[in-house]
Amino acid sequence: MKTAANAPSTVDPPAPASFAEKGRDKWGALQGVHWGDKIFHYTTGTFAILVLALPLLMMVMLIAASRLSITNFGPAFLVDTQWDPVREEFGALPFIFGTVVSSLLALLLAVPVSLGLAIFLSELCPKKLRKPLGFFSELLAAIPSVVYGFWGIFVMLPWLRDSVQPALARWFGFLPIFQGQALGFGMLAAAMILAIMIVPTIASISRDVLRAVPDTEREAAIALGATPWETIRHAVLPMAKSGILGAVILGLNRALGETMAVTMVIGNRPKISASLFDPSHSMASVIANELIEAEKDIHVSSLSQIALLLFGVALVMNLGARWLVSGVKRRAAKITASVKLETSK
Amino acid sequence: MTTEAITLDSHSQSTKPPSDAASHLLHADFGERRRKWFSHFVVALCGVSAVVVLVPLASIFLYIINKGAPGLSLDFFTKLPTPVGVAGGGLSNAVLGTLTLIGIASAIGLPIGILAGVYVAEVGKGRVADLIRFFAEVLSGVPSITIGVFVYAVLVVPMKTFSAFAGGVSLAIIMIPTVARTTEELLRMVPSQLREASLALGVPQWKTSIFIVLRTAAPGILTGVMLGIARIAGETAPLLFTAFNNRFLSTRLDQPIASLPVQILTYATSPYAEWQQKAWTGAFVLVFVILILNLIARLGTRRQVGGAS
Repeated sequence: MKTAANAPSTVDPPAPASFAEKGRDKWGALQGVHWGDKIFHYTTGTFAILVLALPLLMMVMLIAASRLSITNFGPAFLVDTQWDPVREEFGALPFIFGTVVSSLLALLLAVPVSLGLAIFLSELCPKKLRKPLGFFSELLAAIPSVVYGFWGIFVMLPWLRDSVQPALARWFGFLPIFQGQALGFGMLAAAMILAIMIVPTIASISRDVLRAVPDTEREAAIALGATPWETIRHAVLPMAKSGILGAVILGLNRALGETMAVTMVIGNRPKISASLFDPSHSMASVIANELIEAEKDIHVSSLSQIALLLFGVALVMNLGARWLVSGVKRRAAKITASVKLETSK
Repeated sequence: MTTEAITLDSHSQSTKPPSDAASHLLHADFGERRRKWFSHFVVALCGVSAVVVLVPLASIFLYIINKGAPGLSLDFFTKLPTPVGVAGGGLSNAVLGTLTLIGIASAIGLPIGILAGVYVAEVGKGRVADLIRFFAEVLSGVPSITIGVFVYAVLVVPMKTFSAFAGGVSLAIIMIPTVARTTEELLRMVPSQLREASLALGVPQWKTSIFIVLRTAAPGILTGVMLGIARIAGETAPLLFTAFNNRFLSTRLDQPIASLPVQILTYATSPYAEWQQKAWTGAFVLVFVILILNLIARLGTRRQVGGAS
């Protein structure tokens, strides 16, 4: 396949044997190709270019839309804590703080449980349960975030307010993060709902990564007398480590960009507070709340700049995570291939 | 921390040189038992975490079914919403609006997604295809609210009105990477012998791609389409400032339009019990449709994979 793709074919070889090669040409080498192939190449190519152009166009448009805010506030936009549309003061720090803290806290809650679930699904659980459970946890990733938020308002918030927050305040009330009034909604609620939402993402990708580790690794450990946990700890996890990190980053990415569920439970108040019980705000939810009502250009522009920030963060995290995940699969494939080579000798 | 310490501990015990045979035997026995217990403990912990994950998720399903299903009636799909205090009514505007938005998104997103997938899998092998795959991945990672802001800047501001068209475009952008990726993956699954056989008969590549490869992969691509629709059906954030909302039935593309997710949001955050009840029913309908689409897609893919291997 590869050689066919790279074969030079600027001239039209008359030999019918090279017919297939012509169709696999790259740009500019379409002379002497069947007219239908030309049309096919250019039509599909145009649509493919659209996919390529969209993110670029998005970035350019977002930069253009936030130019007013960038020139007005400069880098201070990122560290200013005042957000007052009436007085035209715009500082994004409360939103950045809310997004970062709620997402990291969500990771803290979600990662141990997701890894437990992933290990359970890939290594421990009876074969019969494996498929339905995996299927169920993947379906959960498909539930719309507005439904998560709805459930959060009516089920999670009362539970947090009446049971969790009083208990936390009683036992850990000396910590500043667990002080203040138990309202239900606030930073803690946002982190909880995000944790629930990203568990399926982290668990299903981690499970795929764990499954990609060749069985030969497990067999070697078992043959040495390792217990099930030691097999996982010393044979499976080291190889899957970076892939699991990738899964965690993808989960974090989902948490950072999540809008509806967070808006519905975080309380939407642009103040930085040490307590997790206090209402907070996030980058995505301020856009959702204010863009429709924003009338001043500078207000719209500031919101666009927050969207641009989200875009940039998502870009970096997503690519990094995918690179890590595909790295594990590549290495695993290499081992499987070498094992096959050994056994076939 | 403790897990690390204990595993290391058990290791150091097993590598300790034996002083005399009996104590070594005793030692090994003790270490082994501890290792086994610890292993059981971790296995149990994994099982517990599986349960911990399932509890909130099961609760979500139960609530949606318990609260949503009783409100289900024909009126829900055929009647307009009533003001607070007036009994009856439905969410026909939102149901029709969501269908319209999905229709617009499909009309724009499916051709782009499928043809881009065809290009990457069939035509542009090598660096160009890698580049396009890369950008599709970038696009799939962009938060939906950012896509909404983009469409707001590109369509809503120049047109000076919220519109069904703008909503459809933002959903299309969200859908494209999903459709492109599944199309590409399924085209790759088509055995290359089929392609070669067709080319060997002197069929041009475009005919081979369309009538042999695409046709073989068609059921699979259909599942990709369903996954794409399931992906966008529940999107709320980008619709807030593109499609906005509408209390009436509307099929005009240049006017604001209602949608189920936005209507659920409005009603869920309202203080009125009957509106909240409608929101539960709306959530039930939405989740049900999305799960059905996912189920069909998954079963379809399984058959496709089975057939190709």
